[in-house]
Amino acid sequence: MSGTLLIKNGHIIDPANAVDGVANLWIKDGKIVAIGAYDGEAEREIDADGKIVCPGLIDMHVHLREPGQEWKEDIESGSRAAVAGGVTSICCMPNTGPHIDHAGIALQIIARAKQVNLCNVHPIGAVTKNLEGKELTEMRELSRCGCVAFSDDGLPIWHAGVMRKALEYASSFGFMVIQHAEEKQLTAGGAINEGWISTQLGVSGMPAEGEDSMIARDIMLARKADARYHVAHISTQGGVAMVRQARAEGLKVSTEAAPHHFALTEEEVLGYNVDAKMSPPLRTEADRLAVIEGLRDGTIEVIATDHAPHHEDDKRCGLSCAAFGIVGLETMLPVSLDLVRAGVLTMSELIAKMTSNPARLLGLDAGTLSVGAEADVTIFDADATWMVDREKMVSKGKNTPWHGKTMTGLVTHTVKAGRIVFAEGDVCG
Amino acid sequence: MRPIKHLFGIADLDREQIEYLVNLGDSFIDINRRPLKKAPTLRGKTIINLFFENSTRTRTSFELAGKRLSADVINISASTSATKKGETLLDTGQTLAAMQPHVLVIRHSLAGTCEFLADYLPNTALVNAGDGAHEHPTQILTDLLTMKQAWGTPAGKVITIVGDIAHSRVARSHLLAAKKLGYTMRVVAPKTLLPSQIERYGCEVFHDFDAALPGSDAVYMLRVQTERLTDNCAFPSVREYHEAYGLNGKRLRAAGPDCIVMHPGPMNRGVEIATDVADSARSHILDQVEHGVAIRMAVLAALCGGQEEEKKMGGSSRKQLSEEAMQAQGRLI
Repeated sequence: MSGTLLIKNGHIIDPANAVDGVANLWIKDGKIVAIGAYDGEAEREIDADGKIVCPGLIDMHVHLREPGQEWKEDIESGSRAAVAGGVTSICCMPNTGPHIDHAGIALQIIARAKQVNLCNVHPIGAVTKNLEGKELTEMRELSRCGCVAFSDDGLPIWHAGVMRKALEYASSFGFMVIQHAEEKQLTAGGAINEGWISTQLGVSGMPAEGEDSMIARDIMLARKADARYHVAHISTQGGVAMVRQARAEGLKVSTEAAPHHFALTEEEVLGYNVDAKMSPPLRTEADRLAVIEGLRDGTIEVIATDHAPHHEDDKRCGLSCAAFGIVGLETMLPVSLDLVRAGVLTMSELIAKMTSNPARLLGLDAGTLSVGAEADVTIFDADATWMVDREKMVSKGKNTPWHGKTMTGLVTHTVKAGRIVFAEGDVCG
Repeated sequence: MRPIKHLFGIADLDREQIEYLVNLGDSFIDINRRPLKKAPTLRGKTIINLFFENSTRTRTSFELAGKRLSADVINISASTSATKKGETLLDTGQTLAAMQPHVLVIRHSLAGTCEFLADYLPNTALVNAGDGAHEHPTQILTDLLTMKQAWGTPAGKVITIVGDIAHSRVARSHLLAAKKLGYTMRVVAPKTLLPSQIERYGCEVFHDFDAALPGSDAVYMLRVQTERLTDNCAFPSVREYHEAYGLNGKRLRAAGPDCIVMHPGPMNRGVEIATDVADSARSHILDQVEHGVAIRMAVLAALCGGQEEEKKMGGSSRKQLSEEAMQAQGRLI
């Protein structure tokens, strides 16, 4: 932790401080001490010539599976996958076993993450006990124990009355409620997007209206409660339009998009590809373009992966039976860089969606390279190419739709609190 | 002709392959009517019929098809409830494949069962005997043989298919075949029983059965599972369903004097089809059953022959393959 690290000649992009240029970044005792000139000597140097140096990425939507399903992922393997993807802070969803619906589990996860000591792990507390959608959790207590927001993710808070109370109660204390927006009565039995592809495959579909109708309801409830409401993994044209309108109205409504929803469409499931099955499902090209437009115009402030590792056994059973979800931490950055290459976002805008924006929404002390801030830094080569090989993934989950695909954009170093935790392909520590 | 390695669905067959299988099936009808119903075509071949869903006619016809061509046939009925987890499906498939059958015939409620298993069973020819709401290719080949017998060719004909299209693998396979063979499909159902964007198959969509009848060359009734109607609010009652979408004598008259009646079975008399219609001279329902055996003989012969020829020729000469397959067929007639 002590000592001085110099990240030399990188193109530093720090959206929160409007820094965008080639400079040296100096780190001492785990903190950023200078950008540019510094009166001191470096004990270690990283040559970042030709590379981009940015705040460590934040992924506010991750399933770590511990406690309860450690064969799919655990806090250590998930942390390793995170830093391999340039991510230094993750928020983990409460659908563990037991759920993060009481203080003990939140404390246990934070303690375990500190032992692993690779990245920050911030639990998201459950909104309702056992994720049953009936009784509210002790949100104040969970917040005191480190939970940064509340969600029943994996499941929607389906009951309108409970959702209303959850929004009212959470907002009384400034907490944000994250909704997995899915009207189960419309999506029951569905495995993929409902449409021409589901008809051809003979697989039950999940209509976009299942997502849209719940977002519409929730926005009305959030308006009434003057509550902070965040739509997880938005995937539909209709949903993006409603969030845009709510924000224009001044409501405290925000949303995130997962890389797969702006990079892929339902066509991926043709051939019964289980690694393209997730909830919400991959949608149509029109939906994909709407998500991209939402990212462009700022309706969607955050990119988050919904990293959902599963064991091979849970996927190797055909499309209708396979578990929902794909891994995302290790492909988040290169897939998202396509938005810059396509001219949708500037590099700084893109990085903001994975650093300062989620930090602001969640109140995290992270996501900037301000002098004095904890030195969480990601260094990447935006032009280097590599091929995704599921067998080489750091996560225990190998369920990726990008297996065998070429990625452009390679994380070369990840620095956590001044310590190099990932360098040239290897997780350190 | 491209060799046929597996039979997953009509989607994977081209027109030439479909016509080849229908013609081959046509030539097998005769064997089934002989006093001695046996030909040596598949001697030494092993066929396993693995049925995870109940079936009488499909399973029996596959069994008879194999046996009448002298194959060794094993039937396995696995209850879907005990094997709902796909891993068991994969384990079952791998276990049976390890016993080195030539062909594995599979029916399962999981759409894409054969596509899924094929990745893990590289040395076994797979035949889809119905997979969820996806495809039922041997039923459609059977129907095409019935249509050939009735009309010579299906080209230019109008088939009006009525019922639970949303959950029907038969409907999907027919919609695919229609495009390849040049016949028209009219699809008739309330919106509650139609899948999303059905019109993209290039079919005509009706909610009013009576409007679809004039000009129909065949009315093809689908079995309606009554529990599906009421559980999913797809329809309020059997009574109202029969009134709106049941085929009765009056409707058949409205369709014109030459319109034939088809049904893949099993029928719900009094629900989708009235008894007098089902038993009328215009009903080809039992022809379909008879042709089902012949078509399944053709499919098994094509797949077993195809495997052998492919090995012999390294999969190079497609023309030769079809000729040799035709010769194999000639030997037994």
